Amino acid sequence: MINVLCFAHLKEQIGKEQLEVAHEKLTVKQLLNELQEKYAIQTDALIVAVNEEYADPEDLIQSGDTVALIPPVSGG
Amino acid sequence: MLERLFIVTDQPISVEEVTKKVVRPEAGAVSSFIGTVREYTRGRRTLSLTYEAYRSMAEKQLEKIGEEISRQWPDAKTAITHRTGHLAISEIAVVIAVSTPHRKDAFWASEYAIERIKQIVPIWKKEHWEDGEQWIGNQLETEVYPEGKPKGVESHD
Repeated sequence: MINVLCFAHLKEQIGKEQLEVAHEKLTVKQLLNELQEKYAIQTDALIVAVNEEYADPEDLIQSGDTVALIPPVSGG
Repeated sequence: MLERLFIVTDQPISVEEVTKKVVRPEAGAVSSFIGTVREYTRGRRTLSLTYEAYRSMAEKQLEKIGEEISRQWPDAKTAITHRTGHLAISEIAVVIAVSTPHRKDAFWASEYAIERIKQIVPIWKKEHWEDGEQWIGNQLETEVYPEGKPKGVESHD
């Protein structure tokens, strides 16, 4: 199981703070494609953090990882 | 007790408390940058803001900014606190305190810190207007990451 955290407008669009995705292993890009289809969200501008570190599209996510969907940040 | 220098909190920020963390005998300068909630942005009136953070990661990223500053200005000491939750106009959203032996480095390092916060720290703001509200930086105000991640995230030099 992969734990997916959603923030800002994504949290509102998806309607949840947290999702569980049943996969043993997949790439960041594959996960985004899956979420895009399932929740009709725009993923072009998203970056992904795996276990609190920014990840690349080809990086692998494994069961037990925590993934965060990070829209462009606007702190400060 | 080891003082926490990089904090994301839902409580009001005390400028003095953040500043005190970096005051030390080696320093001849302490700069405090205070980011506040602005009422007008591009002519549009904001009533209030909501900040949301991926808190654990945001604190790690703030710590990284502190490390970047230490690499560039080895004598600097940095403390940063960022607020989350609902903020009224003029409330403090972020305080950056940097102490250095000489003043110019303190100014430069604190500017560097606020620029980096806007690039790599997972915090988002929602503007509440008279006629609506919007998360800033969302896909409507498109800012994409052509490299797949914020600029400079991997630079370790």
